[in-house]
Amino acid sequence: MTENKLPLRASLAASVSRTAAALSRATGRGDGSVIGGRLGMMIDPDLLAHLAAGRRIALVSGTNGKTTTTRFTAAAVGVLGDVATNSFGANMPTGHTSALARAGATPYAVLEVDEHYLAQVLKATTPLVVALLNLSRDQLDRAKEVAMMAQLWRDALADHPDVHVVANADDPMVVYAAAAHAAAGDGRVTWFSAGQRWREDAHVCPACGAHIERDEADADSWRCATGDLVRPAPQWTVDESAVIDPEGVRHEVKLQLPGKVNVGNAATALAVAHRFGVSPADAAPKLAEVASVAGRYAQVDRDGRNIRLLLAKNPASWLEAFDMAEEQPTLLSINARDPDGFDTSWLFDVDFAPLRGRQVLITGDRAYDLAVRLQVNDVPFTHVKSFDEAVAAVPPGRLEVIANYTAFQDIRAELDRVV
Amino acid sequence: MSSALQIVWVYPDLLSTYGDRGNMLILAHRAKLRGIPAETVEVRSDQALPYGDIYLIGGGEDGPQALAAQRLAADRGLHRAVDRRAVVFAVCAGYQLLGNSFFAKGAKCDGLGLLDLHSDRGPTRAVGELAGDIDPALGLPMLTGFENHGGRTHLGPEVKPLAKVRAGIGNDGATEGAWSGTVIGTYSHGPALSRNPALADLLLRWATGEEALAAADDTWHTRLRSERLGAAGLV
Ligand SMILES: [Zn+2]
Repeated sequence: MTENKLPLRASLAASVSRTAAALSRATGRGDGSVIGGRLGMMIDPDLLAHLAAGRRIALVSGTNGKTTTTRFTAAAVGVLGDVATNSFGANMPTGHTSALARAGATPYAVLEVDEHYLAQVLKATTPLVVALLNLSRDQLDRAKEVAMMAQLWRDALADHPDVHVVANADDPMVVYAAAAHAAAGDGRVTWFSAGQRWREDAHVCPACGAHIERDEADADSWRCATGDLVRPAPQWTVDESAVIDPEGVRHEVKLQLPGKVNVGNAATALAVAHRFGVSPADAAPKLAEVASVAGRYAQVDRDGRNIRLLLAKNPASWLEAFDMAEEQPTLLSINARDPDGFDTSWLFDVDFAPLRGRQVLITGDRAYDLAVRLQVNDVPFTHVKSFDEAVAAVPPGRLEVIANYTAFQDIRAELDRVV
Repeated sequence: MSSALQIVWVYPDLLSTYGDRGNMLILAHRAKLRGIPAETVEVRSDQALPYGDIYLIGGGEDGPQALAAQRLAADRGLHRAVDRRAVVFAVCAGYQLLGNSFFAKGAKCDGLGLLDLHSDRGPTRAVGELAGDIDPALGLPMLTGFENHGGRTHLGPEVKPLAKVRAGIGNDGATEGAWSGTVIGTYSHGPALSRNPALADLLLRWATGEEALAAADDTWHTRLRSERLGAAGLV
């Protein structure tokens, strides 16, 4: 809905939301999306629904890759015109409200949604498409169990028979979440495959509790031992550098972002944009323009070192980060502050063996937890007390930095908030 | 039967929420440091429990915990192992299911009866640093760990508390964990041995029958321990 058609209360709320966000930015208190959205929703609790009405919206959710996939999808849908998006990663309803209020009248929106809020945001925004990426362990000291999240998603979709779902055929949890939706009508779900490195959360079928069996010969295939949940045939697939569409046409994606996981994110974005009527051939070049996402993958030159920042928040994303990082000196930084979760046990779910043979430096609030983990993993390392010390300790050239959430933000701040 | 030390991780398909693999990796690593040949075996819940020298049981949610208890009760392999004085080290949900009963999904479930204790639900969830003075009979330095559970555990006369609580909740705010013979259970979850290398060595000594193990370089374990005990206000 365009702004001048909003109910008076919603219009006022949207205006307050924008003003608060602008004030917050001007006073250096962040990008303002959360505070702006919160104020707007206090004035009009249905503000998100009002702002969403009449727009064609895509939601992107999952444990990992949602910020990047949202950015890619917004770029792809951008072929059609301006796209409202929460590009600062404010992925709860306040952030969505703020993003839509800020965007004005554009009919297109692509919103990243925290997986816990998917049901609520589905209800408020009645999207055209929902992309479901993956589900894996993440901050289990407070997050919901993985199978429980899959059930919540499944229940949420049951209330929205008309939404089109783009879902990951490689993840049994995602397939369980979308399977009933797919079974209820032809063509309601588009399946994609991008290969899944992390499998430790999908040993057991979420439908019946039997084991998920995998075929040694075909690493991506899987099926429940009882046959009640089987990997669907994917329509969109990837190879090392290209996305293959449902007609079998190969679209080379010359991404600036590293790693096979980002080719998978590109495939998801192209599949979602396709539902908006954007052809993959038109959208693919747009993805190549994305250089970094909220500081992730950003490269900064300092003292002759080319520093690249990779964010890794949970075991699945660490495996992807090892795939992206070049075999160069690597700094690992671990914190366990509130946004990270206070528990570092997950370090033992990650196999750090791929780092053997590189110069490895460690830092962060919880560097000692990491030190013990690396020692047990036979990965030699050096502990440094600061980011500057790390930069000084490596030869000129590439320094890969892999950090969890607040550690990543600390290093970004050191590098003057690179974007 | 292999001559190498057999370290068996019980049902990682059901009981492996958060870094539980760490205890297996740490034991294997510390055995290797001492030149003790060791093999690790991961046993799925649809497989029979094999012969082992050390059995590890991890944490898990209610559903998998109840299922694991049923399958272990039917398998009887763990009972036979305890009878021949094999070593068992269990954390969280794994610890609870060694007892006589526990609560999962609101129902009382039969445990394996391998430790004289029972568990129920507490008024609050215990999440955070856990520390305590370990039973002097075991000759170990203070226990440090991270707990994340909603259970309370009540010890019977046949077991001794693993530790007296100095920080956190443990069993009930007073005691933490339990031990009897060569079976130890604790609420220190996930890779509990990463902060307690001396406890890892105790398990290895029990399993090998060695009186003492060669010293290991525990610089990083020691730094981690003092940092976490400091965070719990105990240094
Ligand atoms: Zn099944």
